[in-house]
Amino acid sequence: MTTLPESTQRKMGLVIDLDTCVGCHACVVSCKGWNTENYGAPLSDQDPYGANPSGTFLNRVHSYEVQPAEGAAQLIHFPKSCLHCEDAPCVTVCPTGASYKRVEDGIVLVNESDCIGCGLCAWACPYGAREMDAAEGVMKKCTLCVDRIYNDNLPEEDRVPACVRTCPAGARHFGDLGDPDSDVSKLVEERGGMDLMPEQGTKPVNKYLPPRPKDQVMAAPEGEIDILAPLLTPVAEEPKGFIGWLDKALEKI
Amino acid sequence: MLDQPKVDTSPKVSDEVRKTTCYMCACRCGINVHMKDGKVAYIEGNRDHPVNKGVLCAKGSAGIMQHNAPSRLRAPLKRVGPRGSGEFEEISWDEALEIAAGWLEPIRQEDPSKLAFFTGRDQSQSFTSFWAQNFGTPNYAAHGGFCSVNMAAAGIYTMGGAFWEFGQPDWDHTKLFMIFGVAEDHDSNPIKMGIGKIKARGAKVIGVNPIRSGYNAVADEWVGITPGTDGLFILALVHELLKAGKIDLNYLAQFTNAPVLVNSDPDSPEYGLLMRDKDGKLLVIDRKTGKPAPFDKKGVKPDLSATYRQAGITHRPVMHLLAERYMSDEYSPENVSGRCGISARRIKAIAAELARVAFEEEIVLNHEWTDFRGEKHKTMVGRPVSFHSMRGISAHSNGFQTCRSLHLLQILLGSVEVPGGFRFKPPYPKPVSIHPTPHCKVTPGKPLDGPHLGFVRGPEDLALKDDGSPARIDKAYTWENPMSAHGLMHMVISNAYAGDPYKIDTLFMYMANMSWNSSMNTRGVIDMLTDKDESGDYVIPRIIYSDAYSSEMVAYADLVLPDTTYLERHDCISLLDRPICEADGAADAIRWPVVEPDRDVKGFQTALILLANKMGLPGFTNEDGSAKYQDYADYIVNHERKPGIGPLAGWRMGEKGLTHGRGAPNEAQLQSYIANGGFFVKHIPDNCAYMKPWNMGYQDWAVELGLYDTPQPYIFDLYVETMRKFQLAAEGHGERQPPDHLRERVKKTLDPLPIWYPPFEDDHVDANEYPVHALTQRPMAMYHSWGTQNAWLRQIHGRNPLYVPTKIWEAEGFAEGDWASVSSAHGEITVPVAHMAALNENTVWTWNAIGKRKGAWALDNDAPEATKGFLLNHLIHELLPPKGDGLRWANSDPITGQAAWFDLRVKIKKTHAPAEAQPAMAPIKSPVGRGPDELTWKVGK
Repeated sequence: MTTLPESTQRKMGLVIDLDTCVGCHACVVSCKGWNTENYGAPLSDQDPYGANPSGTFLNRVHSYEVQPAEGAAQLIHFPKSCLHCEDAPCVTVCPTGASYKRVEDGIVLVNESDCIGCGLCAWACPYGAREMDAAEGVMKKCTLCVDRIYNDNLPEEDRVPACVRTCPAGARHFGDLGDPDSDVSKLVEERGGMDLMPEQGTKPVNKYLPPRPKDQVMAAPEGEIDILAPLLTPVAEEPKGFIGWLDKALEKI
Repeated sequence: MLDQPKVDTSPKVSDEVRKTTCYMCACRCGINVHMKDGKVAYIEGNRDHPVNKGVLCAKGSAGIMQHNAPSRLRAPLKRVGPRGSGEFEEISWDEALEIAAGWLEPIRQEDPSKLAFFTGRDQSQSFTSFWAQNFGTPNYAAHGGFCSVNMAAAGIYTMGGAFWEFGQPDWDHTKLFMIFGVAEDHDSNPIKMGIGKIKARGAKVIGVNPIRSGYNAVADEWVGITPGTDGLFILALVHELLKAGKIDLNYLAQFTNAPVLVNSDPDSPEYGLLMRDKDGKLLVIDRKTGKPAPFDKKGVKPDLSATYRQAGITHRPVMHLLAERYMSDEYSPENVSGRCGISARRIKAIAAELARVAFEEEIVLNHEWTDFRGEKHKTMVGRPVSFHSMRGISAHSNGFQTCRSLHLLQILLGSVEVPGGFRFKPPYPKPVSIHPTPHCKVTPGKPLDGPHLGFVRGPEDLALKDDGSPARIDKAYTWENPMSAHGLMHMVISNAYAGDPYKIDTLFMYMANMSWNSSMNTRGVIDMLTDKDESGDYVIPRIIYSDAYSSEMVAYADLVLPDTTYLERHDCISLLDRPICEADGAADAIRWPVVEPDRDVKGFQTALILLANKMGLPGFTNEDGSAKYQDYADYIVNHERKPGIGPLAGWRMGEKGLTHGRGAPNEAQLQSYIANGGFFVKHIPDNCAYMKPWNMGYQDWAVELGLYDTPQPYIFDLYVETMRKFQLAAEGHGERQPPDHLRERVKKTLDPLPIWYPPFEDDHVDANEYPVHALTQRPMAMYHSWGTQNAWLRQIHGRNPLYVPTKIWEAEGFAEGDWASVSSAHGEITVPVAHMAALNENTVWTWNAIGKRKGAWALDNDAPEATKGFLLNHLIHELLPPKGDGLRWANSDPITGQAAWFDLRVKIKKTHAPAEAQPAMAPIKSPVGRGPDELTWKVGK
């Protein structure tokens, strides 16, 4: 069994905006590319051109339909990767100490040379955020691009996780969620950022910004259309009257 | 934690970064290719690039898997088995070019129109058209006819520019963004970036699409419209806005043809034509004098309301015609509601929201500018509503008029080329008058008489032979579709097979999967490609095809010219073609070989140059008979379209050293591009950034850069006189007359003011028998058939069930894992279904081009794409059902010829699960074998 640090100096993590995520999978593939080439073993793919292609991904986007009580159904895109929990059950369950949470930034990592591929951590994670690499036999997970965010070989603006750098819609934000004055903490505050499955007691560091209410203009109850009525008050019902109006209106220009 | 492992947080990222242009779809983002040990290690977006500013989509990031895909062709192929078998032998380039020239040179000398050369998803059309023009065939186009020509042509005819490549919303200022019929594609990253930007500042997005996925999923308001009725919905918005007087009168009077006088005498041979002075200038009534005056005269105040009588003929301003048409009850929200599947209340609410944002949230920028009448303006006034649209509204037989309707709406709101509205990208705005007209005059052994594609101004510009028959194999620019600005690639094989209008000898295609997902009636097209005549020869005698990958089309070629991947080639994304400009700047870009090919392949454009040199094509040959260009890179640098203007605008040679825009060729030009990250951009000054069609500051800037030869200010054409000229001919006026069977259709559909009519399929099939609309959408992480060969992307989109709305799901008693038989008037397929609630209740849909033929793309025969994947194409015919008149009526827009993919109506029934999706076709033999069983891709140590 492995112990968690009592506290971490920072709580680095992601804030993911579900109001803006269009479900394009850019983050998924950018992550796959960076982490195949970088930290630890490559993310392998089995049967990549066959009947059951199945590879290791550290980040996946799921889509869910939501049917509100009133109005049209909605589709929510939900990107999911390791949430770098403060009380990470994947760490405490690890029999070899391979899984650990870093003191300096709270990132949960797997030290691949100590990993025996027992898979206990994946069972312990309530989010399904860890994937066993079938080629290497070690557990893979989001590293928060620990090999990018401090990397002196990258320009400073690129020292963010690959998924954040690539997100076309700007739906992914990175920063210190332990610092109430950080941009990400303020965003969470403003937009009512939420924990994923808080009842699990894992205290995830990553936060999700909920979708804003949808279909509001058209959802106004019958009668309330009058709010908008002044905007559509007819100047004329017939083309003739309209041309008369036109003449007067042009005088004023 | 003393025992915490030490992690190297600063590993070396790569040996070198090479910056080039993506080609994982058509958006052409800038990419940083990280190299290790001379190999591609990682691809990310280029932060400096005008298109994507650093971000990159799933396709772009998966480029490494495309570049290394096992489906890459390896050498030229000569067919040795029957067509369609996939049996080839690899041959040398010398032999391949010898064969191709041996077929082409005799037809060039005898009758160049016997070559049909169509280039699919080509990004080098200014080059490939130049090649075809010099060969002398009239039969050239790219894929616009089966993609989105309605959008492009409607935009150019109406406002001198169009969405996507030629324009964009003013993402920094817009307060309401309305998007019609866009799944998740063009233009991919900029739209996502734009939506992210406007959402971050709390602006609203309204999505109009039968399917609530992608951009529509994040839209604040979703309008799940009935397919094919967008035009009706838009004209109902116009109806409401006109009635409420919520239109920008000042803008309409100054910058559009709303005040221009129209001959309104039904007995006049010029009925419906615009009034001009003796210099050909359009006339308006000047409010100051009450008299007619040229629209662009200094100080003129165009009147939107006054009429004018001359020589017994009444002339009325366009505005009158417009008010009469759209204020009619035909377009009232109550009357269109049922058909569109949108309540009248919602239509009114949206109209009110457009009016509110446009007129109560006006934006004023303090940029001084001078208009083409010489009037100085202290500010630029903006109506911050913006629009975008693409294939969803255009791929219908009423698509052109629907796209025109959308532009009418934008212009009535005064929201084009103003702050917060829609903005053009250089080289647009560009009036129709400076576009070429189509050319089709063939002379054996000589070039064609001009560029193939252009914009007709009237019946005189149709591509007809002296006997009135179509000059082009695709029948573009004929009375069947007079304004077909991009040609009709989807009709080429069908027409060539039918010998209608004539037979051809060689079909030469590039990057278009015509025996699969790029054709309507896939099974029928396969038969046309393989059918033989009574003497045992193929009906289409010879087929040359170029592709980088083992697509389904490869098997149907007699000769295959293998292209490179996008990281192994030179390309230019040129201002002469479809550039990468942004609203704030003119830009172009290159691709260059960041790695050399490890196979015996050549960039297609270089192969064309070698072929041109072998035949000594004019335009490619010096006076002494020597070749002008050795390869495509040589052409990019040294070709001049006119003196000083070449494929690339950056780093040309001026009199005093390097310059941009106009200048002589510069041998080191490509090095300058590479050093600058693969692109060139020149920014537009602030006071020229809006009002560009009328802003003399912009006009002068554009002339200096070489976009125009002289300033070209113009007004928007709410009323398109060219269309009226076709109608007049159909009414019996003029020399060139339509055949009688097309008269009524031309009269009805070529209305000079936007109209709505039901999609043609509604007239041809029984809507009660086939009550369901069927659509496809392209996934964000796939580009047509290309994504499937990509090991990473196919794990995201490897399956394509038919998505069925709740009403039909429940009525048919479907459950998860069920299959359905789906049939149209043309065919039947049997496919897996899935439930989707966020969907128009009468619409089913699936992802485009996921289904694959066994044997293609180096996949295993049991890949889900080949066993459960399917195409809707089997249900769509390139012709409408026969009418008994013996004529072949294309399933296309009657104005532009755009393929009407989305007119499709089907019925759907639950059925027992077959072993595989139907129709299942026999495997083709793979010319490249199969991919590996496992990937552990790591280039570095």
